[in-house]
Amino acid sequence: MEKHLKVSAIKNGTVLDHIPADQLFKVIDILGLSSISNQITFGTNLDSKLLGKKAIIKISDRYFENDEINRVALIAPQAKINIIHNFAVVEKRELSIPSTIKGIVKCMNPVCVTNHQPIETVFTTICDKQELQLLCHYCEKITDKDNLKIISNS
Amino acid sequence: MPRNLISIQDFSKDEILEVLKMAAEFEKNPSQPIFRDKIVASIFFEPSTRTRLSFETAANRLGARVIGFSDVGNTSVTKGETIKDTIKMVSNYADLIIIRHPLEGSARYASEVSPVPVINAGDGSNQHPSQTLLDLYSIQKTQGSLDNLFINIVGDLKYGRTVHSLLQAMSHFNPRFLFTAPEELKLPNVYKEYLNNRNIPFEETRNLMDGIRESDIIYMTRVQKERFTDPIEYERVKNIYSLTISMLENAKPNMKILHPLPRVNEIALDVDNSDHAYYFDQAKNGVFTRMAIIAKLLGKN
Repeated sequence: MEKHLKVSAIKNGTVLDHIPADQLFKVIDILGLSSISNQITFGTNLDSKLLGKKAIIKISDRYFENDEINRVALIAPQAKINIIHNFAVVEKRELSIPSTIKGIVKCMNPVCVTNHQPIETVFTTICDKQELQLLCHYCEKITDKDNLKIISNS
Repeated sequence: MPRNLISIQDFSKDEILEVLKMAAEFEKNPSQPIFRDKIVASIFFEPSTRTRLSFETAANRLGARVIGFSDVGNTSVTKGETIKDTIKMVSNYADLIIIRHPLEGSARYASEVSPVPVINAGDGSNQHPSQTLLDLYSIQKTQGSLDNLFINIVGDLKYGRTVHSLLQAMSHFNPRFLFTAPEELKLPNVYKEYLNNRNIPFEETRNLMDGIRESDIIYMTRVQKERFTDPIEYERVKNIYSLTISMLENAKPNMKILHPLPRVNEIALDVDNSDHAYYFDQAKNGVFTRMAIIAKLLGKN
């Protein structure tokens, strides 16, 4: 069968594959991709055996620190990271959910101090029963996956 | 030793017991001006007369001088000053800060920007740890010990912060709980899981008559009108959750009724003269407990 890439290959950079299609724009937000000058190509609603519909992002000439890329685990834990050098995958990285999250996510409690004062949010991640939950360091309330809002990027 | 008192969870079992022991010493001799050289700031971003007077009395009994404000009306907060700036400014003047603020997590944040110890005197519906410690002091004083008690908590178990902190703090002492609440105000699952994880037995009921006979402590809380979506339901519940003297006939002799106050209908006036009523003494215990908290954080034994 003919192998044809829906999103063309990059020479050097980072590829994020197996992103659930509905999380694509959140991933873009969480990595601050809207404000970088590198070439970025992405495809979404691509067929995937694993996810049904998936998205893929290819970022040229950009590599991420672990704690930067691991933020993606908050919304797309099954995403796969490939590091590309000269059109070849030189490294595959698994995402792991960080134990604390600073910034990025908004506390869902409307009377939490972080929603009213210029304070960076801090959460401890709780991974009970496969459901990701975030415990706010300040108001001590839980923000669950369904209410997870990304603070749009600086 | 923790430098601040923000959440009851910040204090270990031993630290809690140490505060209670100090409180008992202060009760024996309440005038101990050991902090004549200290200034305590009492900053209340929302009014709370009872808590403020209790803290300020405690500070005065320790000989400290008190500065502060009791509401934000005449302060630079109305000019848009941030919590950080207010705390930075006040901590230049005082050796300890007592803060009450309607936003949840504000006291934790204050403790992070303050170079001097901070006591949380209530941050919205989140935590009010000095209330919890005075509840524990009252329980210990009336029952002789905190261990192995049957505690019946009644009323608003969903939103009541005193309830949540009390059950967390009591969890150190092998209690049994009964939670008495209307359907709308039942204890949230997260706290049931908390108890299950620690193998602490509890039951739930909607009937206030259940469990009075077995209780060592009945902890009453106020059922607030604004928590109900249906006003008719509120009227119904309000009348059901009212403790009267006739209901206490079969209570154990050691049983005491606590209430964080202010009460409205939850306890009938005829209960006030009964030996079971303890809520006014409980409020008085607050001063000794707060003296102990201040003394512990300012570092004298």
